[in-house]
Amino acid sequence: MSKRVGPDGVTKDRPDPQAAELAAKYGLSVSGARPGLAEYLRRLWEHRYFIAEFARARSSAKYTRARLGGFWFVLTPLMNAAVYYVIFGLLLGTSRGVEDFISFLVTGVFIFTFTRDTVTAGVKSISGERGLIRALHFPRAVLPLTQVTMKLRQLVISMLVLIVIVVARGNYPDWEWLLIVPVLALQLVFNTGLAMWAARLGSKVSDAAQWLPFVLRVWMYGSGVLYMVEQRADDLPTWALVILDMQPAAVYIDLMRYALMNTHNFGAQYLPPHVWLLALGWALLSLVAGFVYFYRAEEEYGRD
Amino acid sequence: MTEVSEQTEKAAQEHEERQPTVIVDNLHIVYRLQGVSAGKGKGRKGKAALRAQAAAAKEQQEQGGGDAAGGGSARGGRASRALRRLTGRSGKGGREVHAIKGVSFTAYRGEAIGVIGSNGSGKSTILRAIAGLMPAERGRVYTDGQPSLLGVNAALMNDLSGERNVILGCLAMGMTPQEAYEKRDDIIKFSGINEKGDFSSLPMRAYSSGMAARLRFAIASAKNHDVLMIDEALATGDRKFRKRSEARIRELRAEAGTVFLVSHSNKSIRDTCDRVLWLESGSLVMDGPTEEVLEAYEEFMSR
Repeated sequence: MSKRVGPDGVTKDRPDPQAAELAAKYGLSVSGARPGLAEYLRRLWEHRYFIAEFARARSSAKYTRARLGGFWFVLTPLMNAAVYYVIFGLLLGTSRGVEDFISFLVTGVFIFTFTRDTVTAGVKSISGERGLIRALHFPRAVLPLTQVTMKLRQLVISMLVLIVIVVARGNYPDWEWLLIVPVLALQLVFNTGLAMWAARLGSKVSDAAQWLPFVLRVWMYGSGVLYMVEQRADDLPTWALVILDMQPAAVYIDLMRYALMNTHNFGAQYLPPHVWLLALGWALLSLVAGFVYFYRAEEEYGRD
Repeated sequence: MTEVSEQTEKAAQEHEERQPTVIVDNLHIVYRLQGVSAGKGKGRKGKAALRAQAAAAKEQQEQGGGDAAGGGSARGGRASRALRRLTGRSGKGGREVHAIKGVSFTAYRGEAIGVIGSNGSGKSTILRAIAGLMPAERGRVYTDGQPSLLGVNAALMNDLSGERNVILGCLAMGMTPQEAYEKRDDIIKFSGINEKGDFSSLPMRAYSSGMAARLRFAIASAKNHDVLMIDEALATGDRKFRKRSEARIRELRAEAGTVFLVSHSNKSIRDTCDRVLWLESGSLVMDGPTEEVLEAYEEFMSR
């Protein structure tokens, strides 16, 4: 049964109305169709080992060509903090009015970097793994989740560096340090949702990798990473200050400073009202919205 | 109409006992490339393609009006293109490659099907579509279970050791860590990369291209599959490895329901397949018994 080809190169055969019936009769399913939500989550769970191993492999491959190797995991965040300290703390003098500016700065930089790096990596997680997508079948959410896992590994190292610095500055461990775990967990959930959102964004609109860094930078300046936003923005209307105070990055950074630092301007009375509810709400909102947004385009990844 | 239905009835009787594993129904695949500026003569080509699409849709409607949706989408496409031109949102920013243009066939359990055609005829694309890795523009692919594509260019990480790549590949195929670690030594042995020294602990960027291809094949073939598609895998490696991999493919075929094989080597198609699909620029030229199709193909190629 050979087929005729038209002069324009289009095969002249009509879609077979029986194909669907035949497929149904023998229990065939549409190839590459997006599975239901429950099934999708089950498959994602099945791939948890792959996510872990992939992240570990990628992390260890990251600096294999650098002479200092894995030492860069520690060096990168340290150098970041040092640069910000010189520019903002010494040259621009944003340290005025902030007690223990070094702990303040390093905590802010490291916590914000966790979110920023996760988003930046998420943008490229689909577009950068096109080969893998075209070769193997797995729930695509594996890719942004791998990036999140990689950044989590980096964060654990950063946190150790952070703790050393903070203790060296005289903030000794107390009961409040136990809060580090829930704060990081909530931030992780928040970042995961953001990474999935960014992954779909980066898979289609290829400009996202270009404009997103600017958005992230603005976000950083509005999050009180390098200075106390409240001191610098006296003349802002109240509603703007409230927004700056309650946006997710500021919430997670403030909570971490509250947990780690003993200086009096990071006592509980300076945290915004309902801060833990806010932290939880941002995390869940981000995760659900990001996941749904990503999942809805599942079939489309890998087309271009 | 009556002729068609008689034909399908006959075909249905013939295939009564045979169980379909893959049904490809009027499949179209379009690659969209963004940020590629229009090449020379793009307007002309675009128009020609448009005309062809419209003609095809028209004919489909005339032939019994079965596919109103197809015609509708062609019209919708023209409307949206006009809209894009009006709003100035660049249709110019992207180009399309219509890689598969309406291919239909049914594959049955126990068949080994060769896919042939000149370079760029859409062989690899159609395998990807069957595997569910390329979304269809129009039409459908129905499959029994999850087909697996055994490509030689499955992405592996060059900075990692061969051993690590083996584990990673196995996990990606859905194995548990335990299974992956159990199979690791067998896979490395099969690939033969350790024949010239302890290469499995070196990063893959130290491998020769043949070694890397062999390792990839060894990893991908470590699992049994319902519908298995092999893309040019037999072309890799030296003669010794080729023999070993052909034996492995026969094993896989005995376990798998249906095997597809893309190859430029007519010999390996003859050796392994009983049915051949011939694709040429995205259309199915011929579909039939191996000898018949290969003869026509060889004649076409030597012209």
